[in-house]
Amino acid sequence: MTKEYKTINEISGPLIFVEKTEPVGFNELVEIRTDTGVVKRGQVLDTSDAIVVVQVFEGTGGLSKESSVRFTGDVIKMPLSPDIIGRVLSGSGQPKDGGPPIVPDVERDIGGAAINPSVRDKPRAFIQTGISTIDGTNTLVRGQKLPIFSGAGLPHNDIALQIARQAKTLGEAESFAVIFCAMGITNEEAQHFMRDFERTGALERAVVFLNLADDPAVERLLTPRLGLTTAEYLAFDLGMHVLVIYTDMTNYCESMRQMGAAREEVPGRRGYPGYMYTDLATNYERAGIIMGRAGSITQFPILTMPGDDITHPIPDLSGYITEGQMIVSRDLHRKGIYPPIDIRPSLSRLMNSGIGEGHTREDHRAVSDQLYAYYAEGCDLRGLVAIVGKEALSERDRLVLEFADAFEQKFVSQGRDEDRSIFETLDIGWNLLAELPETMLTRIDDHIIKQYHPKYRKE
Amino acid sequence: MEVGKVYRVAGPVVHATGLKSHMYDLVLVGEDGLMSEVIGISGDKHIIQVYEDTAGVRPGEPVKETGAALVAQLGPGILTSIYDGVQRPLPALAEASGDFISRGLFVDGIDHKKKWDFEPVVKKGDLVKPGQPVGTVQEQLLIKHKVMVPPNLKGGEVKEIYSGNFTVEETVCVLDDGTELPMIQYWPVRTARPSTVKMAPTIPLRTGQRVIDGFFSLAKGGTAAIPGGFGTGKTVMQQTLSKWSDVDIVVYVGCGERGNEMADLLHEFPELVDPRTDRPLMERSIVYANTSNMPVAAREASIYTGMTTAEYYRDMGYDVLLTADSTSRWAEAMRELSSRLEEMPGEEGYPAYLGARLADFYERSGRVTTLGGEEGSVSVVGAVSPPGGDFTEPVTQNTLRIVKVFWALDAKLTQRRHFPSINWLESYSLYDLDLEPWFVENISPDWNNNKRRAMAILQENAELEEIVMLVGSDALPEDQQLTLEVARMIINYWLAQSAFHPVDTFCPYEKQFDLLEAILGYREFAFEALGRGVPVDVINSAASKDALAKIRLLDDYKPELEKVMKQMADEFKVMS
Repeated sequence: MTKEYKTINEISGPLIFVEKTEPVGFNELVEIRTDTGVVKRGQVLDTSDAIVVVQVFEGTGGLSKESSVRFTGDVIKMPLSPDIIGRVLSGSGQPKDGGPPIVPDVERDIGGAAINPSVRDKPRAFIQTGISTIDGTNTLVRGQKLPIFSGAGLPHNDIALQIARQAKTLGEAESFAVIFCAMGITNEEAQHFMRDFERTGALERAVVFLNLADDPAVERLLTPRLGLTTAEYLAFDLGMHVLVIYTDMTNYCESMRQMGAAREEVPGRRGYPGYMYTDLATNYERAGIIMGRAGSITQFPILTMPGDDITHPIPDLSGYITEGQMIVSRDLHRKGIYPPIDIRPSLSRLMNSGIGEGHTREDHRAVSDQLYAYYAEGCDLRGLVAIVGKEALSERDRLVLEFADAFEQKFVSQGRDEDRSIFETLDIGWNLLAELPETMLTRIDDHIIKQYHPKYRKE
Repeated sequence: MEVGKVYRVAGPVVHATGLKSHMYDLVLVGEDGLMSEVIGISGDKHIIQVYEDTAGVRPGEPVKETGAALVAQLGPGILTSIYDGVQRPLPALAEASGDFISRGLFVDGIDHKKKWDFEPVVKKGDLVKPGQPVGTVQEQLLIKHKVMVPPNLKGGEVKEIYSGNFTVEETVCVLDDGTELPMIQYWPVRTARPSTVKMAPTIPLRTGQRVIDGFFSLAKGGTAAIPGGFGTGKTVMQQTLSKWSDVDIVVYVGCGERGNEMADLLHEFPELVDPRTDRPLMERSIVYANTSNMPVAAREASIYTGMTTAEYYRDMGYDVLLTADSTSRWAEAMRELSSRLEEMPGEEGYPAYLGARLADFYERSGRVTTLGGEEGSVSVVGAVSPPGGDFTEPVTQNTLRIVKVFWALDAKLTQRRHFPSINWLESYSLYDLDLEPWFVENISPDWNNNKRRAMAILQENAELEEIVMLVGSDALPEDQQLTLEVARMIINYWLAQSAFHPVDTFCPYEKQFDLLEAILGYREFAFEALGRGVPVDVINSAASKDALAKIRLLDDYKPELEKVMKQMADEFKVMS
């Protein structure tokens, strides 16, 4: 089992081809020692009697035909213990904070088995992020995976940090942890995150995995799996509520494409491999709640859309797996609005199970729908105004147009440290709607208007 | 049975030597006995797709033959089940391996130990044909399960017939040629179950959704596709259909979809009460849940497994609705496997046989006379998830060539929170003409006329809106402004329907008709008033118009509607 082979036949990009081995298992962990004694790790991608293909995580630099290859007979595992909280690790799981290696209580296969759908619990606990555009109109619930679709140069990292700082559930305090996986981000971005974690003391309940832009691209394929394996341990073994933030999924997918090309696979759309959907799903689907277990995993993947194009395969396939998406808008950002979340294309699919009586407030759904409807209509009218001018609008249209402007200024816009409660958020919504005649509130039941409309509440 | 050897492992595809299996035969790969299927034979090697994760499988491990194709187990006990793509009950898997699914587990599709009360419907000496029932089992309170002679047998004269409590494996009937029939039968999932005649689509499938029943209705035994980008409400749409359609059995195939969504469904279905029978909806449902992170080959198989169970209940004379969410994920599974097989790709990397496979699947639908002489149907609704919402991509295009009803989901409507977000200008139903006589006979002679009138208003509205975008609505002549307003009423008061509102989520035919009739009635009044010189602003501020908006939310809507219509008549009488 621990035999070493010096039978490398070919080295191509991140792949090595090894001949004349004993039977080697698929996905097995491999250690490769260079002639200078450096040990690199890899994984079996293809195995047969004739040849074994290994992808090397730390890059193939320094390898030669003289390098020796050892197959460990086991798949890649993550060492885990409660002490992992507060640690900073590399993208392949090695300590990066100068601390000792993790002494494992358990070791887990990083591939992760699928949660049996029949034991999944329905996510329904409302998470208050303190951001109106999320809480009010695209509510997040525990166990959800809600990505941020952004573009280069937009403040998605600030939004992610604000969420990590402010996220809480209403009511009882419970133990929770943040897992932060950085994939291919720049040193500066990493420092920005680390500084904020230190400033707010968040590091004490976080585990950080850092794969920076100049680290090997192949390593990136491991990073989220290590993070999620840790998350599963914290959530389902230790009963914690875990928030996983990973950035930037675009870099992860680029690595996947790079690997696919190196393996000379038949490419799918835009050169990305045909199995990208399945691969992304094996990460994203590791969010959720299991019946009878205390913890939960909530995911916040961040990805930058190349050219702000939401139809690009990366956001597109992500959107089909995740339970909604938050869209960061360049237009709003240019207007100086923070957080520049455009609620129109944004969506939280699990919103309905986390709002209303017993979760937030009974008027939540109706208020949100009504805000949506008039904001969308108002935005459409802006196009018209650009052509015919405000004067040509009907009275109703003018009201809607003004509503849309006020909505952006008062509801969307808020401070980077402003932590609004859900009730504040809903009341801001009501104040905006109160500027419209009551007959225009067609999506709200009469009894809810009677109870929550500012006009009646004052009386 | 022959035992072969693994030669090569690459993801879910394994090459093995030394086998004699046929194409699509089931084999068990490796020490763990992973469920797999032969999908190609090349030289001395069999190419096998594995339904489970292959991590750790190494060359030289054994491959065992089973001598049979991938089959579904059919018999009492299927209803209420929750399966993975290869008909393994998920609760049983959870019992065997805990909260996470481990490998190499084999679990029967139906319980082989449970005893069922079998009541014969034939007696000694009767002649039975293939597909004909020999007895019944009360599977659920309201669903009688017919135990039939398997269609692949010859049938013959009944030599022995028993009555009483039996497990599905015990013999309940013996034929004169010595064939012993147990209640269970096995059917290869990739083969369509035969029927006698396929009938014309002349009966609508009621869904209780105004935009569907009113404009783009589906026929019993028909096929429909719901394409839409992500977040356009496909899944909610499919779940609403499963809840409200007037069918006896619902088969829901969650194919490569989200785990949390399946959890939602699995929590919601048992709580939902069938509006027609007051019994839990789950009692007439079968769910296949193969989430996106479960093995890709099982996802590919799930569509066929689901269809086979649907056909089986059709053969008993039931109306079955099969909803597949989503066929794009299924097509992607095919693409992924095809690429692992290093096949020459067709468009966008999909295999060249994509269209043929889709056609094979949808053609298994239909309203038929079964072999046993009953009438049953399988209607299919397939969700399609086009990348980037682009309907020109291969899966959507190949699907549209086959299906007869197209419900185009529109992201713009979703953004306005208009649900169901079915675009009324792009969607179509080719069953329209076939179904018209049914509506005239059963609902109202005016049904089809009203539908055409409403459609014409919406068409005109679309043209006018283009002008409005350029010059503003005030620049239009008054009659066109009125048309815009009426169209707005049709869209907001009639086409929009909330799946989450307890009353509005289901709208019977009669109410659909009354509501539309009321809006068109308003139009009559409005144009009449305009003719006598009433300004359009005055007409549009009619109080009865706003009152009309909330009628759809009332269960017992008739008295209120009458009141509003009377108010409308009074209001317009004095309007000046």
